[in-house]
Amino acid sequence: MSSINPQKEERKMKKEPESDRRKFILNMARGVGIATLSGFIWSAYVDEAKASQLTLRPPGALKEEDFLKTCIKCGLCVEACPYDTLLLAKPGDDKPLGTPYFIPRDVPCYMCTDIPCVPVCPTEALDKNSLMTDGKLDINIADMGVAVIDDQSCIAFWGIQCDACYRACPILGEAITVEYSKNERTGKHAFLKPIVHADKCTGCGMCEQACVTEKAAIFVLPREVALGRAGDYYIKGWDKDDEKRLKNAKEIKTTTEISKRKAQDKLNGDFLEDMY
Amino acid sequence: MKTLWNNYRYLILRRISQISILVLYFGANAWGWKILQGNLSSSKILGLIPMSDPYAVLQMLFAGAVLAGDLLLGVAIIVVFYMLIGGRAFCSWVCPINMITDLANYLREKTGINKVKGIKQPASRNLRYWVLGLSLIISTLMGVAAFEFISPISMVHRGIVFGLGFGWAAMLVIFLFDLFVLKNGWCGHICPLGGFYSIIGRFSLIRVHHDAEKCTGCMDCKVVCPENQVLSMINKESLPVLSGECTNCARCIEVCNDDALGFSIKNLSKNNKTGE
Repeated sequence: MSSINPQKEERKMKKEPESDRRKFILNMARGVGIATLSGFIWSAYVDEAKASQLTLRPPGALKEEDFLKTCIKCGLCVEACPYDTLLLAKPGDDKPLGTPYFIPRDVPCYMCTDIPCVPVCPTEALDKNSLMTDGKLDINIADMGVAVIDDQSCIAFWGIQCDACYRACPILGEAITVEYSKNERTGKHAFLKPIVHADKCTGCGMCEQACVTEKAAIFVLPREVALGRAGDYYIKGWDKDDEKRLKNAKEIKTTTEISKRKAQDKLNGDFLEDMY
Repeated sequence: MKTLWNNYRYLILRRISQISILVLYFGANAWGWKILQGNLSSSKILGLIPMSDPYAVLQMLFAGAVLAGDLLLGVAIIVVFYMLIGGRAFCSWVCPINMITDLANYLREKTGINKVKGIKQPASRNLRYWVLGLSLIISTLMGVAAFEFISPISMVHRGIVFGLGFGWAAMLVIFLFDLFVLKNGWCGHICPLGGFYSIIGRFSLIRVHHDAEKCTGCMDCKVVCPENQVLSMINKESLPVLSGECTNCARCIEVCNDDALGFSIKNLSKNNKTGE
């Protein structure tokens, strides 16, 4: 008996460090498992929250992707805004939490000339340098969004005289102009249609707030959402400056079944065979 | 009255500290006070001294943001400050969530939930370091400060200063979790900000010091401590609390009837020890 016991003891001694190691590995594996699960849920939420595109940012905001990286959500811009235009997204607002935004139909940006919301930003997510003209702050070059008109619900397009948005525009005559045309329906009246010029519009939203229709017929959208892009393939041949864009143009080759043969062969050969 | 003050002096001071910080931030947004503007993510004292949440900035760094100089100065100020007074002093003297979790913990004790036998604490206190690591990984992958998107701390704090929205839900979830699911669940197990400050706290100067000669071993301090693993030296050795997980909340000092615990400066107390 006495000869067995030490052996058993020895086996136990050998086993113990191994089971400790096993325990450690198992614990680590559990940790990794839980971390993966929660990591995916967490990332999915962040991804969804990031995806809300229709957020209007304060003047001087970086591009949305960089803005979300850089904004620390301190609310100093919100506190600096004298008109309570800026809000800090709270849970339930469906915006990335804690980031500043504004709803122009409620309170538009009044385009303060000293732009108090921008210099207070500690992270430069609101970039002062993007609002400088000749070394001075210039709110007129701000780029918060662009106004878009729904000509179906805009009563000026119906022929009713209204220039509320035109009058409200802080860069009146440049960002919004009024176009006159003949009203063929009555034969004796004129349309006075508001036209937004995207290159001048700052997206302040004073037009949206002033709009008389039940739901604003002119409204501000982020530039990325509202504007198209012609790309590098269509050039204004009559505009010398525009031709510079040709430099960026690259050839794109689309390869399909048909492109295996020359166009001529295709037309002379298979095509006729297929027909008859 | 005197015993009341003696038994709760630090608790009262902590509540005064937490609430007055909230009031100052709230006043900055509501009435334009200049004393403390912004919120816990980033703020300014008297419009001059910047302060920034080092953990938020670390996430931003991982997300790939370009960090502004002012921001880094604010981080340096906060890191140095908490290295002096104890990293997790933030948790017990500043963070508004602490009031919620303290209430949950108080109710646990009062209703006897803590005394129910057979219920194990189902999680490790090291969970917070996993969450901390995970937050940095997700920040890198998603290109945003990941914890700032879901942080109930900022949600609640911002909520009180800028408008709550659904932020009350975050408060309720944490309260119920701490009350029924896990003792000291949020602050003592999960919160990565607490984990981050625990790491800073390892270097901090002001510490709770234990005098084993005076200790009678009643263990009241271990009952009241929200991180009682840090009090491993009680009744054994005269040592300062060295773990960064100590929040310097000083509850242990208050409940000790034997004057065996007190604040002291780390290196000084070490010198005393060697002098003895």
